[in-house]
Amino acid sequence: MAQQSTLSPSYLEQNMIGLQTRRHLLDVDDLGASEISGLLDTAEGMLEITARDVRKTPALRGKTIITMFFENSTRTRVSFEQAGKILGADVINVTASASSVSKGESLLNTVKTLEAMQIDALVVRHPHSGAPYFISNHIDASVVNAGDGTHAHPTQSILDLFTVRAHLGNLSGKRIAIIGDILYSRVARSDIIAFQKMGAEVVVCSPNTLLPDEWELGSTLALESGFGRLQIAKSVEEAVDGADVVMPLRIQKERQDAGHLPSLREYSARWGIDSQKMALANDSALLLHPGPMNEGVEISSEVAHGSQSVVEEQVRNGVAVRMAVLYTLCAPGNSVSAIRNDGNSEIK
Amino acid sequence: MIARNKLAITGGRVIDPGEEIDRISDVLIANGRIEKITLETGGSKLDGYELIDATGLIISPGFIDLHTHLRDPGQEWKETISSGTHAAASGGFTTVCAMPNTDPVQDSSGTVEDVIRRAGVEGIVRVLPIGSISVGQNGEQLAPMGELADAGVIGFSDDGNPVEDANLMRQALAYSAEVGLPVINHAEDKKIAAGGVMTAGLVATRLGLPGAPNEAETAMVARDLYLAELTGARLHIPHISTIGSVEVLRSAKDRGVKVTAEVTPHHLTLSEEWVFGLKGEVPSSVGLQSYDTNTKVNPPLRSKADAEALVDALREGVIDIIATDHAPHASTDKVCTYNEAAPGINALETAFSSVLVLADSGKVSLVRLIESLTTRPASILGRDLGRLRKGFPADVTLIDPSALWIVDPSTFASKSVNTPLTGVEMTGRVVRTIYKGKTVFQSQPEVRNSG
Repeated sequence: MAQQSTLSPSYLEQNMIGLQTRRHLLDVDDLGASEISGLLDTAEGMLEITARDVRKTPALRGKTIITMFFENSTRTRVSFEQAGKILGADVINVTASASSVSKGESLLNTVKTLEAMQIDALVVRHPHSGAPYFISNHIDASVVNAGDGTHAHPTQSILDLFTVRAHLGNLSGKRIAIIGDILYSRVARSDIIAFQKMGAEVVVCSPNTLLPDEWELGSTLALESGFGRLQIAKSVEEAVDGADVVMPLRIQKERQDAGHLPSLREYSARWGIDSQKMALANDSALLLHPGPMNEGVEISSEVAHGSQSVVEEQVRNGVAVRMAVLYTLCAPGNSVSAIRNDGNSEIK
Repeated sequence: MIARNKLAITGGRVIDPGEEIDRISDVLIANGRIEKITLETGGSKLDGYELIDATGLIISPGFIDLHTHLRDPGQEWKETISSGTHAAASGGFTTVCAMPNTDPVQDSSGTVEDVIRRAGVEGIVRVLPIGSISVGQNGEQLAPMGELADAGVIGFSDDGNPVEDANLMRQALAYSAEVGLPVINHAEDKKIAAGGVMTAGLVATRLGLPGAPNEAETAMVARDLYLAELTGARLHIPHISTIGSVEVLRSAKDRGVKVTAEVTPHHLTLSEEWVFGLKGEVPSSVGLQSYDTNTKVNPPLRSKADAEALVDALREGVIDIIATDHAPHASTDKVCTYNEAAPGINALETAFSSVLVLADSGKVSLVRLIESLTTRPASILGRDLGRLRKGFPADVTLIDPSALWIVDPSTFASKSVNTPLTGVEMTGRVVRTIYKGKTVFQSQPEVRNSG
């Protein structure tokens, strides 16, 4: 099937079926390029809805969505909640600290209990990689991964694609530079895969202590890595040079405490994105940040709020993208009417 | 279950590496002890013997496992002396050495004597306890090694807990020299492992799981080898799993350090790719089978290159023996996220069949495999076991080398089912286990290969 033209009717049909019958969204690695494009197109329609005076549609009326967060979160949780509510679903938020989890109930029993209440979708964030996969094996409801450990954050990567596409159009051949804590970043992992699926090239740069041991500075990964032909730059300057997208990642104070970094000050000086480093990128380059930002550490305030920053747009687009995801998973049969075919080269 | 005291196992291929026997003959047993191995089958009159026809089977000394977790006392919902020794018998093992990480820990003569006493009543094969290195396995104060030796332990280990304090390890080795028993240290530098739940590398990075690099083991194995050299004491390295550990072990043996080492069937035959949950296949995307908690074990499954180095070292004898690290866990310990899962593989009943593939592929001879399960562990124990020598206990394992079977943990004698091998087709199986002249395990006829 890899040889088949992505424009052929049978390919589109297969992928439409895939999109309409998909039950879970756990990562982007099992999505085809046209399936991702389909989601982005659906999200465009959703974005229009979010701009209305009356932000409400009955598309998911009568559906129950539970968001279950085992880690702290503001934007992702609220984003999913708002997405579900605009679509007319009943959204219930569960946080681990206020649930029976804090009484020692196992993850399995917790999700089994929730499922017994007849839910249609479960949006999960969990500190352990693979937790949404585990849950998917044990319940019938749709599971949406809202971030698992250091593994994946698929809706973040789809909203990043959406934001970049809105500004730069076709993603094919674009250069995406991701700077920072790659080792612990689920956003980086999903973005590395998602952008390459859409034909972009991705380069990362990080202190060597915040890269997996087997990734060498100045190398390009082999395809067996599962991360495509990811480039690992030796310096920020090399990574940002000619980039169309610059994305610094949040650096947590814990990394300094755990000995990964001498100090946040040194990190900021060497890897922080300021206007000097940003100037190395293309003139039309976008500045993305998955948030929350540590201004003055991985990003200067000037850049964070500068003309190239699309950070707030990312947040706004996040609601539309999550609407598209919930709609696609919970309302099969009503799915997108068209799949666009730009930039849909697969990771080879 | 058989009351008569004279038994003849006839017509099988007797492989007894300790006695340098590999021929078709009859094994005669009287009063629970080996009486004779005939020069050829049918060479002796067998009037008055109960006969077991072993035509087409391999007759081996009963297997000895130097590394078994029986979980009793303290975690009887996972395994008991009874269920664990039944599992041992099903896997062809007539002797198991029980790790001391029970509750209470085997750190006093009272707890050890209790296990020995109950093993005699509840167990169906020989149970030899291992005492702890430190009181409560807390790595702070030496356990009373003299008292433990008098009570009958065969070595000392804080298994699961590495002895992190290098001085305590040095003192443990030096002190144990008096009783002449090996110190068995789970080698893992927890600081280097940094909370890893599988081996570091491509698969861990792809799955976003914290990875422990090989060097977490290798660095401590190297430390222990030099401390063994310093003290002149006996070191036994459990579940060795890295290329680096093999290299430092080889070099220490060349220098004459008193060291022995074991490797598990899973480290010999599985690799990190198994964590994807597809029996070693690498999927194009992470799937619902991934994060297979039954592959979580400590030390973790390593790379294919590590496994190859372990096989080579086993063949050459640099690694002395195969031991199972049989680690039963309840389903609640495995039906959870990979991070939460308890490390350990239920191994007694699949061990021999798993490693037999190494003989079938010509990587390790069948004789060497059997040696690594019989006479070599017996010599580490310093006991009259592991050979079909006249006067030795009549511990005998019968193997059908061509039996085809599929691993189904619901048929395990063990109380637990935590194996990554469910559904895997195996060739060759233990079909009968005889302990002190009595059959303690016999396979159901339907699993025997009719051809």
